[in-house]
Amino acid sequence: MLDDVVFWVLAVVAVAAGVAVFRVDSMARATYALAVSFVAVGLVLLLFDLQFLGVITVLMMVMEMAIMAIYMIMFMGMNPALMPMSMVHAKRPSLAVAVVTFVVLASGAVLIPWPSRRGAPASDLTVSLGQALMGSKMLVMMTVSAVLFATIIGALVLAVPRGRYDRLGDDLRGRVDADQPDGAGQ
Amino acid sequence: MTLQTVLLVAAALFSVGLYGAISQQVVVMVMMGLELMLNAVVLAAGGFWWFLSPAPDGQVLLLVVITAMTVEMAMGFAVATLLHRTRNEDMTDMATDLAQ
Repeated sequence: MLDDVVFWVLAVVAVAAGVAVFRVDSMARATYALAVSFVAVGLVLLLFDLQFLGVITVLMMVMEMAIMAIYMIMFMGMNPALMPMSMVHAKRPSLAVAVVTFVVLASGAVLIPWPSRRGAPASDLTVSLGQALMGSKMLVMMTVSAVLFATIIGALVLAVPRGRYDRLGDDLRGRVDADQPDGAGQ
Repeated sequence: MTLQTVLLVAAALFSVGLYGAISQQVVVMVMMGLELMLNAVVLAAGGFWWFLSPAPDGQVLLLVVITAMTVEMAMGFAVATLLHRTRNEDMTDMATDLAQ
């Protein structure tokens, strides 16, 4: 019973915060609303006894939203907490697509005869996840590791304004331009 | 709390995220919409795992979805930074020529 009450409170908070992301009139508030939605979903995962994944979701998303708020300030060149904004296009078609999507998904959720539960959760779910990742699901772990490493490199290549290959050429033997503020060796 | 109610909440989150991803003009706001959609996928996957088959495989799938969120965010920020630096743009409508 208590679980049901907590779930519904968290569900309402998650959806309301999600709606608020696109309703509030400043980007900073939108960022915080998204963080609240993520925290609510992370807490729902805790109701499913997914302690590790729930805590990871909460921690990671709160940090992401903090970074996102910084990006807002960087790119918008204004105080995003104070500056009202409404930058949307195709509002009505977007709303129609969203409503149709919800109706289709909700119909599936309600009308499909879902099978009953098979098996029982392990006594310690975090341990079982760790054992799966280091055992039978090792390939997933290895793939995720490579993808994350590639993401680091790709993001750096895109975000760094002027890398050493730009400054020194493909063979890295070009002359160092001391006049450049980000010149090699500085 | 049943699988149906969890999926209904996830459907609502997904739809709201989809609305944002389609309607917003600022690149970072579009990313917020995508994040909200992935948030719904995490919730639905957690519900499926708990109510249908609480085996470790489902947890691994959830971990992959959370990783996808991270990758999307990191690359999205990188592309937004590149767009802003090279073209001084932060809106999708300004960068439509990239599709050509």
